[in-house]
Amino acid sequence: MRLVVDLNKCQGYAQCAFLAPDVFAMHGEESLVYNPRAEEEQRERVARAVAACPVQAITADGLDGAGESAASGREASDAR
Amino acid sequence: MPADYLDWLRREGRIVIVGASLAGLRAAETLRAEGFAGELTLIGDEPYEPYDRPPLSKAVLLGKADPLHTELPRRREIDAKWRLGVPASALDMTAKRVRLADGDEVEYDRLLIATGVRARPWPKEAEAQLDGVFVVRTRGDAAALYRRLKAGPRRVLIIGAGFAGSEIASACREMGLAVTVAERAGGPLVGALGGVIGSVSAELYHENGVDLRTGVMVTGLEGDSVGRVKAAHLSDGSVVETDLVVVSLGSMRNTEWLTGSGLGAGPRGIACDAGCRAFDFRGIVTDDIFVAGDVARSPHALFGYQFLSLEHWGNAVAQAEIAAHNMISPSSDRRPHLWVPAFWSSQFRVNIKSVGVPPMGEQIMITQGSLAERRFVGVYGFQGRIIAAVSFDNTRWLEFYQREIERGAPFPVEYPTVDRRPEGRQPVPADFPDPSLPTHGPTVTLSGYSPTDRQLVFTPAH
Repeated sequence: MRLVVDLNKCQGYAQCAFLAPDVFAMHGEESLVYNPRAEEEQRERVARAVAACPVQAITADGLDGAGESAASGREASDAR
Repeated sequence: MPADYLDWLRREGRIVIVGASLAGLRAAETLRAEGFAGELTLIGDEPYEPYDRPPLSKAVLLGKADPLHTELPRRREIDAKWRLGVPASALDMTAKRVRLADGDEVEYDRLLIATGVRARPWPKEAEAQLDGVFVVRTRGDAAALYRRLKAGPRRVLIIGAGFAGSEIASACREMGLAVTVAERAGGPLVGALGGVIGSVSAELYHENGVDLRTGVMVTGLEGDSVGRVKAAHLSDGSVVETDLVVVSLGSMRNTEWLTGSGLGAGPRGIACDAGCRAFDFRGIVTDDIFVAGDVARSPHALFGYQFLSLEHWGNAVAQAEIAAHNMISPSSDRRPHLWVPAFWSSQFRVNIKSVGVPPMGEQIMITQGSLAERRFVGVYGFQGRIIAAVSFDNTRWLEFYQREIERGAPFPVEYPTVDRRPEGRQPVPADFPDPSLPTHGPTVTLSGYSPTDRQLVFTPAH
C-alpha cells in the first residue's frame, strides 16, 4: 500500500512509529522516516497510525476515511 | 465568464494537465472532487505514474524506502487519460492545443501547467558524462546513486551544500562513507537560511565527519582512461580524489517547451496571478491557462506582492488545489493562493523546518532554545515585522510563528515569559549572500517588483 506523510504538518509525536514500527521510524529527536510503499500485511497497523496521528499528516490509499478504517480494521482482526 | 460556459466546462469540457507529478496529481483529484465531469488528460515526461520526490534524498538513501516505489497515494479516483513518457513540446494558445514530443496534439478547453523543475546539470557536458557523476531529481537518479553508494565508493564529492546536498552528505555519513562537500558560499544552507544558521549547519557537518570546503568552486572534474571520474579540481588549487560526484546545484524550471507560445514563461518560471492564471508575455492574464507548483511564480500579499517561486512540496499541493478550484469556478468564487511558504529537511538526524520567506530577512533573532544545543527557533525580521522563522528540532512552535507572520507581528520580538536564556536575545544580521551571486540556489526566489527596491531606474524611450 502507498502512503505519504505531510512533513510540514508532522510534529514528531511518534504515534505512528509506535503503532507501525516497520513502516515509520523516528530518526533523531523529531525527524520521521517512513517507507512510502508499506507491505500489505501492515495495512491494519498503518490504518491505526493514520487514525492516531495528532496532526492528521498521513495519507494512505485504500483506507476509506482514517478513523473508520482503523475501526473496521480492528473489527476485521477481531473476527478472524 | 458566462455561467453557462462554466456549466458546460464542468459537465463536458476538456481539461489538460501538463506535468504528472505531485501538483498535477493533486490538481486532478481536486477537479474531480469539485465535480468536474469532463475529459481529463495528464501529460508527463517521465514514464511513471506520480511519485513522491522528497524520500529520494532521505529515506531512500537511508535504505528505508525503495527508490522505485515512492508512488503517491491517491486521494480519490481521477478517471483520467494518462500520456506518460512523452513530454509536451509546444503550446498553441490560439488553437488551444498542446503538442507532444511524439507529434501528437491534445486539445484543451482549460490547461494547467505543472511541469516543475529539473536538476541543474554539471555545466561542462563532457565532465557531466563521466561515469560516477550524478544528479538527484528523478527516481532513476536516486536508484542509480543508491546502488553506487552501496558499492562503497572511496570518497563521495557533493557539489553544492543546499538542502539536497546536505541531506545526501548526511546519508553518506550514515553509510560510513568518506564525504567532501564543496560550496561556493560561506557555509551550507546560506542561500535559504542565511549565514547565522549556515554556521550551525557547518558545525553539524564537522561533527559528523564531513570534509566541508566553503568559499570554493569546483573548476573541473577529471576522468580516468576509461571515462570514470577520479578527481575534482577546486578553485583554491586543491584536488579532491573522488570516484562518485553528486552535482547538487539547484534546479532549472521546465519552461523551454513554452518558448514562442506567447505565455509569460522563462528561466524564472511562469508568471501567474494569485489565482494561478498565467500571464501572457505582455502581462495580460489569460483566461484558460493556469499554473501550479515549482514552475509557477505568483505575487503574495504577505510578502510585499513580490512574485514568489517556491520549490516546496507543500506549495505544490496547496497551489494545485487552488488552481484546480479556480479553473472550474466563476470569478466570484475564486480563491487566492496565499499559502505561507513552509518546508522541511532532515539531515544529521536534525529536523529543520521553516515558515515564511527567510531570504527576505534582514535580521535574525534566536527566540527559543540555543544555537549551541542545535535546538532552537530563529525569527527573521524585515522592516520591523516578522517575515519568517526557522526551527531546528523545535517544530511544534512553528505554527505559532506562522500566525505571527500572517498578522505582521512586529520585530524584534518580545516574548518575556518564554524560555529565558542567559545569552540574551538580540537581533543580529541574518547574513544572506548577495542574491546576484550564484550559490547552490535558494528554494525561494524573489523575482518581482518590490516597492522598496530603488535599484531599478525607469528610463523612458525617446
